[in-house]
Amino acid sequence: MSDPLVLELREQFATPEQQRHTSSIGIWLFLMTEVMMFGGLFVAYTVYRFNHPQAFAQGSAEMDIVLGSINSAILLTSSLTMGLAEFSAKFGRVRLSGILLFTTILIGLAFLGIKFTEYYEHYQQHEAPGVWFNHVGPHAPEVQMFFVFYFLMTGLHAVHMSIGILLLLGLIARNMVGSFSAAYHTPITVVGLYWHFVDIVWIFLYVIFYLPGLHK
Amino acid sequence: MIQAVAPKIEKNYLNEKVGLLSWLLTTDHKRIAILYTFSITVFFFIGGFFALMMRLELLSPRNWLVSAETYNKLFTMHGIIMVWFFLIPSIPGTLGNFLIPMMVGAKDVAFPKLNLLSWYIFMLGGGVTVYALFRGGVDTGWTFYTPFSTTYSTTYVVAAAVGIFIAGFSTILTALNFIATIHSMRAPGLTWFKLPIFVWSMYANSVVLILNTPVLAITLVMLAVERIFTVGIFDPALGGDPVLFQHMFWFYSHPAVYTMVLPAMAVISEIVPAFSRKPLFGYKAVAFSSIAIAVVGFLVWGHHMFVAGESVYSALAFSFLSYCVAVPSAIKVFNWTATIHGGSVSWDTPMLYAIGFIGLFTIGGMTGLFLAALGLDVHVHDTYFVIAHFHYIMVGGSVMAFLGGVHYWWPKISGKMYPEGLARLSALIVFIGFNLTFFPQFVLGYLGMPRRYAAYPEEFQMLHVLSTAGATILGVGYVLPLCYLIWAWHYGRDATPNPWRATGLEWKSSSPPPTHNFEVTPIVTAKLPYDYEAMKEELELV
Ligand code: HEM
Ligand SMILES: [Cu+2]
Repeated sequence: MSDPLVLELREQFATPEQQRHTSSIGIWLFLMTEVMMFGGLFVAYTVYRFNHPQAFAQGSAEMDIVLGSINSAILLTSSLTMGLAEFSAKFGRVRLSGILLFTTILIGLAFLGIKFTEYYEHYQQHEAPGVWFNHVGPHAPEVQMFFVFYFLMTGLHAVHMSIGILLLLGLIARNMVGSFSAAYHTPITVVGLYWHFVDIVWIFLYVIFYLPGLHK
Repeated sequence: MIQAVAPKIEKNYLNEKVGLLSWLLTTDHKRIAILYTFSITVFFFIGGFFALMMRLELLSPRNWLVSAETYNKLFTMHGIIMVWFFLIPSIPGTLGNFLIPMMVGAKDVAFPKLNLLSWYIFMLGGGVTVYALFRGGVDTGWTFYTPFSTTYSTTYVVAAAVGIFIAGFSTILTALNFIATIHSMRAPGLTWFKLPIFVWSMYANSVVLILNTPVLAITLVMLAVERIFTVGIFDPALGGDPVLFQHMFWFYSHPAVYTMVLPAMAVISEIVPAFSRKPLFGYKAVAFSSIAIAVVGFLVWGHHMFVAGESVYSALAFSFLSYCVAVPSAIKVFNWTATIHGGSVSWDTPMLYAIGFIGLFTIGGMTGLFLAALGLDVHVHDTYFVIAHFHYIMVGGSVMAFLGGVHYWWPKISGKMYPEGLARLSALIVFIGFNLTFFPQFVLGYLGMPRRYAAYPEEFQMLHVLSTAGATILGVGYVLPLCYLIWAWHYGRDATPNPWRATGLEWKSSSPPPTHNFEVTPIVTAKLPYDYEAMKEELELV
């Protein structure tokens, strides 16, 4: 069997350690850009919630808190399986790692399934913004704005989830051809960091969209 | 052991592989630099064409050449192309790509494939933008202010926004690549305080790009969502706040103006010591001033909105912080001049451009302080004074530095010397043309000529004609280097590895360098960067 460490060493690096270090710098920098990108949306949300508190509470009251909470629990579980996948790779248990990666995908898909069920409900209740929106009441445009942010931010989050699932599929494929080992599993770590980041974003989304309408 | 004895290496990055595919699929940072050089040059001349059309229109107080609607599209497309498809990627994409790995003594950047991907993403973004342009253009101004951009404009706003959005990813990936390279690919012995200032400045620049570009991206997404679905985000009729758009835009764009000038400062910090034969004065101060610019540059965006309904208190704070951000820039200017002072200066083309940069950047920066003064800004806001201010920095400063850098590293990049006499003449033409174009605009603005108008009162005509005359001279100054550099690429005299007798690892390699940059990984033993004293002794020994 050829040494995976040597196989995976790109020519611009001198040592595997340097390569691993560089990958980790790369992903952290990338996550910084993600923070700034979601950050822009959080700022805009905050400004408008401050401007239109009642309308945003009204919009939030339309959220399905049960589905939202279940989804939060689901997503946190996926972070656990992702973490365990990396952990087992570290100890050379690559088969187990593959199984855990696959479990993470399934949980991720469950999350997306529930999310789209919620979207569909909002659509049926004429709460999707744009031509589909039909809301009677004093704050109709501002309530619509709440839903604009809801769809935009959770939608962007869902896009990130989908990309994450594709990345996980890639990992599984590489794992099947034997790329990973206790010594070399940097891609699992990198994708793991991305996955955890996307989960953390959801925690914030859950708080700002589902909770404001609780006490009405 | 100076250049004369270094052997000529037959295989280099230019001739090791041939054919179009070997260029389009390359992951060599030096070749990618050349791809960028090609693309940004094309964009520069597209943007330049729009500028020329505007200057021609402004020869007469009436609309004699184009309609007001067309004029709006001209300045918009000029701004978009010049800012996002020329200036921001210019020095990083070309010189940055070529030099950062060499200066840190690495074989390549940290993520070579990502580097190539950046170029393709850049071209895709450029393609979409050019598509918007051919379908009829955009008329919102490069600033895309709402609600005009979201609700009233009938032009190709979304297409242009998508183009810029895509190009943003390229910027981000390149910046990420540079930071990772500088952190983890340095040659043994090359500690942070031995790095050339070029690397420090590009590092600061990349940090800014990583933090601000995503904000522009998401702001454009909101704009596009509002426009496509006609929902309220910034539209005041639907509960939105148009000033929030301005905040988000300038939170990106003020740091962005620094990402147009930090790379220029990077280039100047290399040229000045090399042609003064002295170590850079105050190395650490110059290094940290780049970081200071990056940090404080994020805190001044409100100075673009003094008359946009900003509260007096935040205007005060932003005005104060804008004065603070001038300090690190001034530190650099003082250190460059102190480097020149008492040096044995030679006036080769790169140095001419560097001197031009220092003078013009200073004027641009000082007039920035005028604009940051609350009372004065009310008078000159949205006038030609602002236009002159930022062109002194972006064209007089950054484009000059870019040209200076291209000449300085041309022997390394192409392996050939450019014609020195002609190059000095063009540098002079650029300098004269530039000042004739933009100095009258300070006066115009002060007298009250607003920006973004195709027609104007008769009394301004004289100054406008002067400005247009200057623009044609400037145009000649830009076409000349294009011609003689292409000529030199084929017919120039062969360059030695270190024609300027400069310090820095890039000069330790052959000209042009081999594919992996160095025959053996360099080990840095010099105690200082810019050790021209030691070099002098070495030369005397020879
Ligand atoms: C010395 C520090 C600087 C200060 C204090 C400063 C200040 C200002 C102020 C107050 C304005 C707004 C003027 C108005 O619209 O009424 C402005 C506009 C502008 N500045 Fe600067 N500036 C500085 C450096 C720079 C640099 C380094 C660049 C570019 C590389 C730059 C590019 C611009 C641009 C592009 C605009 C016009 C934006 C627009 O409205 O389209 N500035 N500057
Ligand atoms: Cu600014």
